[in-house]
Amino acid sequence: MKPAPFEYHAPETLDEALRLKSELGPEASVLAGGQSLVPMLNMRLASPEALIDLRKLDELRYINVADDAVAVGAMTTHRALERSDAAYSACPLIREALGLVAHAVVRNRGTIGGSVAHADPAAELPSVLVALGGKVKVRSLRGEREIAAADLFTFHFTTSLEPDELLTEISFPALEQGAGSAFLEISRRHGDYALAGAACVVSNGNTRLAFTGVGPIPVFVEGDDPDAAAAATSPSDDIHATADYRRQLVRVLTSRAVGLARERAQVSG
Amino acid sequence: MSSRNVTVTVNGSTFEREVEPRLLLSDFLRHDVGLTGTHVGCEHGVCGCCTVRVDGEAVRSCLMFAVQADGAEILTVEGLAPAEGGMHPLQEAFKECHGLQCGFCTPGFVMAASAYLDEQQRADLTDEEVREAISGNLCRCTGYQNIVEAVKLAAKTMYGAS
Amino acid sequence: MSTRVFGKPIRRNEDERLLTGLGSYVDDISAPTAVHVAFLRSPEAHARIVKLDVSRAREHPGVVAVYTHTDLGEHDIELPLMIPHPCMPYPKTQRLLAHDEVHYVGQTIAMVVAESRYVAEDALELIELDYDPLPAVVDIEAALEDGASTTHTDSPGNVGAHLEQKVGDPDAAFREADVVFSERYSIERSAGMAMETRGVLADYDARRQELTVWDTTQAPLTIKGSLGSLFGIPYNKVRVKQPDIGGGFGTKVMFYPDEVLVPWAAIQLERPVKYIEDRIEHFIGSTHERKQIHDIEVAATADGVVLGLRDRFIHDTGAYIPYGIAIAQVAATQLPGPYRVPNFSVEFTAVYTNTVPVTPYRGCGRPQACMVIERVMDRLATEVGVDRVEIRRRNYIQPEEFPYHRGDILFADGLPVTIDSGQYDKQLDLLLETIDWEDFPAEKEQARAEGRYLGIGIANYVEGTGLGPYEGAHVQIEPTTGKVWVATGLTSIGQGLETALAQVAAEELGVEAHDVLVVTGDTQAMPWGVATFASRAAVVSGNAVAVAALEVRNKALGYAANMLEAATDDLELADGKIFVRGAPERHVTLKQVAIASNPLRYAFDDDARAATQFAPARRADGPQLPPGEEPGLEATGYYSPPHATWASGAHAAVVEVDIATGELTYVRYAAVHDCGTVINPMIVEGQVMGGVAQGIGGSFYERMAYDDTGQRRNASFMDFLVPYATEVPAMRLEHLETPSPLNPKGIKGAGEAGCIPVPALTASAIDDALSDLDVTIRDMPLDPCSLKAIIDAAPTR
Repeated sequence: MKPAPFEYHAPETLDEALRLKSELGPEASVLAGGQSLVPMLNMRLASPEALIDLRKLDELRYINVADDAVAVGAMTTHRALERSDAAYSACPLIREALGLVAHAVVRNRGTIGGSVAHADPAAELPSVLVALGGKVKVRSLRGEREIAAADLFTFHFTTSLEPDELLTEISFPALEQGAGSAFLEISRRHGDYALAGAACVVSNGNTRLAFTGVGPIPVFVEGDDPDAAAAATSPSDDIHATADYRRQLVRVLTSRAVGLARERAQVSG
Repeated sequence: MSSRNVTVTVNGSTFEREVEPRLLLSDFLRHDVGLTGTHVGCEHGVCGCCTVRVDGEAVRSCLMFAVQADGAEILTVEGLAPAEGGMHPLQEAFKECHGLQCGFCTPGFVMAASAYLDEQQRADLTDEEVREAISGNLCRCTGYQNIVEAVKLAAKTMYGAS
Repeated sequence: MSTRVFGKPIRRNEDERLLTGLGSYVDDISAPTAVHVAFLRSPEAHARIVKLDVSRAREHPGVVAVYTHTDLGEHDIELPLMIPHPCMPYPKTQRLLAHDEVHYVGQTIAMVVAESRYVAEDALELIELDYDPLPAVVDIEAALEDGASTTHTDSPGNVGAHLEQKVGDPDAAFREADVVFSERYSIERSAGMAMETRGVLADYDARRQELTVWDTTQAPLTIKGSLGSLFGIPYNKVRVKQPDIGGGFGTKVMFYPDEVLVPWAAIQLERPVKYIEDRIEHFIGSTHERKQIHDIEVAATADGVVLGLRDRFIHDTGAYIPYGIAIAQVAATQLPGPYRVPNFSVEFTAVYTNTVPVTPYRGCGRPQACMVIERVMDRLATEVGVDRVEIRRRNYIQPEEFPYHRGDILFADGLPVTIDSGQYDKQLDLLLETIDWEDFPAEKEQARAEGRYLGIGIANYVEGTGLGPYEGAHVQIEPTTGKVWVATGLTSIGQGLETALAQVAAEELGVEAHDVLVVTGDTQAMPWGVATFASRAAVVSGNAVAVAALEVRNKALGYAANMLEAATDDLELADGKIFVRGAPERHVTLKQVAIASNPLRYAFDDDARAATQFAPARRADGPQLPPGEEPGLEATGYYSPPHATWASGAHAAVVEVDIATGELTYVRYAAVHDCGTVINPMIVEGQVMGGVAQGIGGSFYERMAYDDTGQRRNASFMDFLVPYATEVPAMRLEHLETPSPLNPKGIKGAGEAGCIPVPALTASAIDDALSDLDVTIRDMPLDPCSLKAIIDAAPTR
């Protein structure tokens, strides 16, 4: 379990990174925290010709908490965001979900940008972003653009980023006054990818849910009907659970997450 | 696949080596630096045997390339004990509580727990907190209970009122 | 004796080096000039190889050699059948490197040796392998049907072994019974999964024709003898070492292809060769265990006394059967558990499948047998309308019935099963108290009112431990340090053997345990012995150490009597000194006696000088070393048990089931363990707790998943779910000590016990938690999805 050889680039600036991304295109993989990529390299499930390591890009490490959103630089680690009390105050859903991302030691290295760009449908953060209606900024030599969370995830491990684009910022909308949120998941062991998970935001009588692990992308559902939520998902069978069972979990998680979010909304409101 | 020069500080000593970019930090520490206390149990980031501290944070050294540690300060299990001799309170507590059997996972647990204790800086840890804190490390021998006891004992030794 | 160390929770001698990163596991051995191995392993469960071309791999920069079976010459062999038995019609073992047919995903086909493991893996990608897939046998029931395809194309079927055994007259028991029922139970495949994978480093000194092998094996002397005979190297020139081992659990007892190929390559290349298995390889290349399906019939009286059992089971042995029928036979002999069961028959069929070979994993057939008999007891309790505790009490072998002869059924040592001792009622009493059994119904009711489903489960087991044939120990008082040196032929696989054996020696020799240096896993230190497996180290090696240490003690007293010019009977030994009773100022230290015991006295330190001031250790008129005497204060002792000694235990757990999701939580856990006289209760507790965690893994988390084509579906720690600290509950442990009458120290084995009853009691606890529903758990392990399906299928009462 040793990685195949690769060319290694560690650009000093974002512009240099963008240039490399533009030149190398899909032949290069972007190395952020490496907590998902390196296992695949070690198992030789991925053998890119080159790695573009973003570790030197301190300009992508920041947490800016404003009234309406928490803007996070892509190279911010899970742990840094998890520890941010300001981010927690503005959007408690983030910390709640981050606490379920693998284990602390993995979160010390894993980055927010890496998790989102990796677009693992079983991961927590993409659902959080979708439930909140967040957005990301992406950059290329051609310029910068924003992508709404709803448009970002296109398939398993696939986003709408162009091959020359880099994800630079993730923006989580702040929770409105009187709103409540909850993230719940059911996993085999603590820290495992969820068999199913639900991010829920209840605000002004509206309920927004996004589910992990039950489709090729985070599954977004409005409303609190467990059966409707289950019907919206498209889980598959694997060694850990059947699709039917995952749909059942969606029903349970819908009730529980909505209940919890409403409870919290009442407390805060 | 050209080699890269890497300079790291490990347990207070500086090492400069030419390495292939694909060399894992775990292999670098074990075979290039010669510190074999950091163990390799799975090389896919689940077992935690290879946990070391990089710039203070506990990380999986099998999920980092040595080139990524260029310029970093690394602490391995060999560097945990005080320079004047003896063992670190965590190491003492693991022995006292029988928190290890075969010892293979132990350096990883000790390093993960040391980062946790340094962050918490308090004596009154609950079982639940400690179990969560060490939940990124697999042990096949102990059933964990004595590891939990050891971490709690170390917290008391380090931060308890005396 | 002032120094009492036997039976005390002494902290371990091995801990400090392991805690400070100074352990020496095989991959830690410095070998800067070593070359590194990677194996091409079969990607198919069953296939005929039509092309194997390694030429491009051989040309790859950094590659030293690439070997296929055609390169092995006279060493192109099949691995030995470790334990033969006449009930195996065509025993199959594995070739070092496959010929034209492969039999499981992971089988070794070619070996690459390169300057680094990285380069060796690069070269694997350059090997051209073409094959025609053949039908794979995976399902053990389908494998026995007429017309089933075969695991090995040159064999007529898939039966690896078939054996019928009978005790008493089961048919008569069934005729007389008031209650008769039958059940089917199954347990899935799992594995030991030590945190350290296997590894071998070999170094051959061609000038001296000496082979040194560092190997993660639990059986170094087996490796030593095998390599010596295979390569024609004198026994005393093959040295096998394993300073530290990162867990064994049985998986490392087996003899694997790499354990021959790596030393062989070191001899060919005259360079150190290292192979460190990676985790994926461990999942597909190191052995598994557990899969069995039991069909059992039960005959009992209306009072719930079991009159007879008839069990037929299928045992999955994987692609080969190197360990013979050991697992199935252990399961068969332990099927009646701690119960009388005067009449029973057991018939098993070991089945070849195109999967990783099966050899013992901690427990070795016992978790399966325990699951069967304990589920039977739970069902019988329901049938006759008594509770789960009472049904067990009505069937326990009583203290006055020991030794209890099972009759004509042979244990793994080839001897009839005779249970030497036990106190099963007392053990159960202690357990019920520890788990708060009496208070549980109220607790359950309270939880139920809150919508939570709590259940309690119990299970007990017996474990035949401490198998022969023998172990030996060499005990010496070191003349330079005065410390006690103990060498055994065993390996320590992490269980604390260095400390436990030190305690045995320390007790006899009146020293502290930390003044005893125990060397394990070095065939040059003690060339005779068997191996570490089957919960035998403390029993067999412990008694051997005691024999040798006692002889050293007697020698020391004899020499000291001469030195102090006193009668032996007037001497006492304590705190490392021998002194005249009532006159402690007249004393010699053990070190001084050791120095004096050698007629050539090295006079380099104060003790040596002091020793010369005493009278000689030997009073001989003739030569200073008379015939029959030896220099040095040392002795070698052996112990050979008459037959297995039977440990026992009873465990209980409270679990919570989430009926909406099928999730299971262990709320609390209690265990009572009886391994006879305890050498170190701390170590025994550690063994039990670790076993319980493995049992929890085998009840709700771990299974080796295969698809219909024999592909492994979860060959990583991401998908094979070893529990973390967050999945394992707090445990309360109690000891019961029923000394074994079979050995001087009264010791019974403890290594495997913890894992045995967990699937059984988990099933019992789930049934209890779901007592509102009509649920009976028959298959283990479960997972949330399968448990939810059972809940959904249950007719609500």
